[in-house]
Amino acid sequence: MKTTETTGKIISISGATVRTDLTGLTLFERVSVGRHNLTGEVVSLEKDGTVLQVYEDPSGLGLDEPVQGHGVSLATTLGPGLLSVMFDGLQRPLHALADKTGPFIHPVHLPSALDLNKQWPFTPLVNKGDTVAAGVKIGYIDEGPFQHAIIVPTDKKGRVEYVAQGTVTLKEPLCRLEDGVRIFGYHSWPMRVPRPYRKKISPQGPVITGQRIIDFLFPLARGGTSIIPGGFGTGKTILEQTIAKHADVDIVIYAGCGERGNEMSELIEEFLQLVDPRTSCPLMDRTVLVVNTSNMPVAAREASIYTAVTLGEYYRDLGFHVLLLADSISRWAEALREISSSLEEMPGEEGYPTYLASRLSSFVERAGVVETLSGDIGSLSMILSVSPPGGDFTEPVTQALLRTSGAFLMLDTELANSRHFPAINWMQSYSLYLDILADYFKQNISKDWEVLRSLCRQIMHKEESLKEIMEIVGIEGLQEQDRLAMTVAEEIRSSFLSQNAYTADAFCDPQKTLDIIRSITDKFLQGQDITNGKNEHEAL
Amino acid sequence: MRLSEHRYKTTARIAGQLLYVEDVHAARIGEVVKVSGLHNIAVDGEILEIVKGNILIQLFGETRGLNAKNMEIVFTDTIRQVPLSGDLLGRQFNGSFEPLDGLPMFYASEWRPARGLPINPVARLKPEEFIETGISAIDGLNTLVKGQKLPIFSCAGLPAKELVAQILQNARLRDSSKRFAVIFVALGLTFHEYSFYLDALQNIESEFVAIINMADDPVMERLMAPRFALTVAEYLAFDLDMDILVLVTDMTNYCDALREISNARKELPGRRGYPGYMYSDLASLYERAGRIRNSGGSITMIPVITMPEDDITHPIPDLTGYITEGQIVLSRELHQQGVFPPVDVLPSLSRLMQKGIGSGKTRADHRDLANQLYKNYAKGRELKKLEAIVGRDGMSKADQLLLDFAALFENEFVHQEKQARSIYKTLDKGLEILKNFNLLPENLQEKKSEV
Repeated sequence: MKTTETTGKIISISGATVRTDLTGLTLFERVSVGRHNLTGEVVSLEKDGTVLQVYEDPSGLGLDEPVQGHGVSLATTLGPGLLSVMFDGLQRPLHALADKTGPFIHPVHLPSALDLNKQWPFTPLVNKGDTVAAGVKIGYIDEGPFQHAIIVPTDKKGRVEYVAQGTVTLKEPLCRLEDGVRIFGYHSWPMRVPRPYRKKISPQGPVITGQRIIDFLFPLARGGTSIIPGGFGTGKTILEQTIAKHADVDIVIYAGCGERGNEMSELIEEFLQLVDPRTSCPLMDRTVLVVNTSNMPVAAREASIYTAVTLGEYYRDLGFHVLLLADSISRWAEALREISSSLEEMPGEEGYPTYLASRLSSFVERAGVVETLSGDIGSLSMILSVSPPGGDFTEPVTQALLRTSGAFLMLDTELANSRHFPAINWMQSYSLYLDILADYFKQNISKDWEVLRSLCRQIMHKEESLKEIMEIVGIEGLQEQDRLAMTVAEEIRSSFLSQNAYTADAFCDPQKTLDIIRSITDKFLQGQDITNGKNEHEAL
Repeated sequence: MRLSEHRYKTTARIAGQLLYVEDVHAARIGEVVKVSGLHNIAVDGEILEIVKGNILIQLFGETRGLNAKNMEIVFTDTIRQVPLSGDLLGRQFNGSFEPLDGLPMFYASEWRPARGLPINPVARLKPEEFIETGISAIDGLNTLVKGQKLPIFSCAGLPAKELVAQILQNARLRDSSKRFAVIFVALGLTFHEYSFYLDALQNIESEFVAIINMADDPVMERLMAPRFALTVAEYLAFDLDMDILVLVTDMTNYCDALREISNARKELPGRRGYPGYMYSDLASLYERAGRIRNSGGSITMIPVITMPEDDITHPIPDLTGYITEGQIVLSRELHQQGVFPPVDVLPSLSRLMQKGIGSGKTRADHRDLANQLYKNYAKGRELKKLEAIVGRDGMSKADQLLLDFAALFENEFVHQEKQARSIYKTLDKGLEILKNFNLLPENLQEKKSEV
């Protein structure tokens, strides 16, 4: 950590972009700006000064106020105690913030994202004299239903001289090595840098979302990425929240990025009440919320996505299966655009900076299944919602994400208007994970999974092609075979593809999904046999 | 804190509402400056940008007649604040928060920054208390709850203001013992509209505060007026525990003002010339609605938007819809049919409806009834398109029934003229129409008999 010699003065301010005469800072270094110590980040270095991005409301910031460098990048604090906490985009715990500043957020500094005084039960896994290196688990802390491993960081190794046991706090080191190096229960990690792992493995096994249309037609693989673009009112948020409640993963990271405050208060309340059937603990115990509502500072909104993904990677590295839900990536992209325009960069398509696509793809690349440094298998999957302006999918954010993500769940305004939820369009959505997951469903659910899926798709295709004719001639005007397809398609739509998020039907396991579609398609097959028989009879 | 006022005469440039001053020694972003010139010209401004000693100031009032040589600029070392007191009630102010009603300014018990601070999401309380508006299309199918922001998407020529006036006259919170007040924010209104609203306000029983920016008032004030209003609303709601309904009309004028100012600042234009930060800017207003813990009050917001070219994908309604908790959409077609209020319930939506209805809040059968009405009306409307192709005679009996249902629904449920309907009347009306067409499912028949 550098000391006070790195203090300078503000020489110009434009929006949240501040110039200082301070030199010697590093790119993306964290800085304190002004007399209220607003958090900021270095965005560019110049010959005689530095350009900073301030992550809080800059009003009141004045000329000649002090600027101080921290010597480290903007980082996320990682350790036990993150679960069930709600953070803002800069990982300030919002409950603690509310205790300190009341119902409105004032720019203040809180020492740590984690409660360092909280007592935890610690069980060591190494003994005095053992040699440890990066990735070795020195022990674990029981955090709710999880065993939270404490892992030797990448830059440390040596022989254990001391290891703690029993009740510990994060303030004291849990382990000391012979050369005096201390290992704490928490550490921080620069949020814009992907965390290391031994090797990356292709996505495998599904994330069961409990949504029939997703699991059956457009499944998401562990380590994969789905995007959900949709205009307003198409139910993006409800879908994301329903998945957050029911998905069969260990840990859920939910990033509310530039969305509504009332929705977030509802989410917390529900997550505290609902019980996770797999652990019998409140859902909140497996969830971390990163919330930067639309009225909170824009620059922190940009950072919030990185806070969330770093948290996700951390739990992945502990050997968990993690699902990151972000609602919505468009608000992140807009924040990026605002920052870019205040830096007077040359705009690309629709005013977004030209590096939008590369930033997005390197963000999406942080998803994946990995063999962790400790040799476990962990995964980070992502479901990202997109809010295209005017519901127009040709806009840059949707297009950039289409190139990097594996599944596209298109929300359809017309379906939403007819109150068909989830309003996922079954004709235009797709998943690239079908082949990877085919074996899984065949072995674990039923060998008919694939067969039924293609039958279901056939029927829906048929409905699509017959729809226009039917509008003119009416259903009576159709051939018997086609009429059958239309009625079965109607049933697939109303009792299979649509699902009420407010009833017990909100979650449907794959076995039940299969049973429902089988019972509907059986009718189709039987009907087909009958009509075929009749036709043959008539022919005779 | 500076020890004395800073006065400068170093004007470098004036362009429209923008003023550039040189060689300034101390300045803050957002600091209020007072500019005075010959002939008693006095204008307030706010610091937008500081580049070393060069300051860019946004002026709020009329700049005509300012002369670079005779100008004096005072830096006040404060940011824009709003005086607050319970005495605000019943008063009218302009976009610079000066009294418009001829009475002297009240004594402020407190000052707060007009920009406000974001509500901490964990301090928010879930909106779930039903507000009765007396409009069936809203109460029955798109229920408004306390703390919600529910805009009205209108088109030029549609009776949005009559609808708003009716809501104002009837809006009440069921069994509320709390004080209730309306804050009316007029943005760029014509005199005709303004006097209509003022009449409506004077006819309501509740107290009100009006902040008025007329069509010919300075554009910059149009951006400040809603911020003043919401600061007042926060004070009344969260300090004095009152239930506040904030009515803002017309947000389209606000957004156009934002575009105008952004353009003058030479910022990069986004879609249709509106600035790229319009989403965040609108959110900084809309998100101030809500309820918070440890306070009895609430802020409910009804912004009115006139959709340019009747286009719901235009950036103004589009960005609004992404922030607000639903929308009430008015339809030109229904208006031409003589339906009042011409609310098209299909694209309309209240996201918080599910929280505010049901037994103990409205009535046990509300949810099922609303779904049933909605479903059948949607089908009927769909069939209308078909009718245009094949004609009524070419349709099945069942389809003809749904067509008739849709027509009756529009003419008797949505259409209600100036009559306010209580929620019970609204629900009974819905039941009655469904029953007429034998569309009442069994579960609803049972529930009805229980009631």
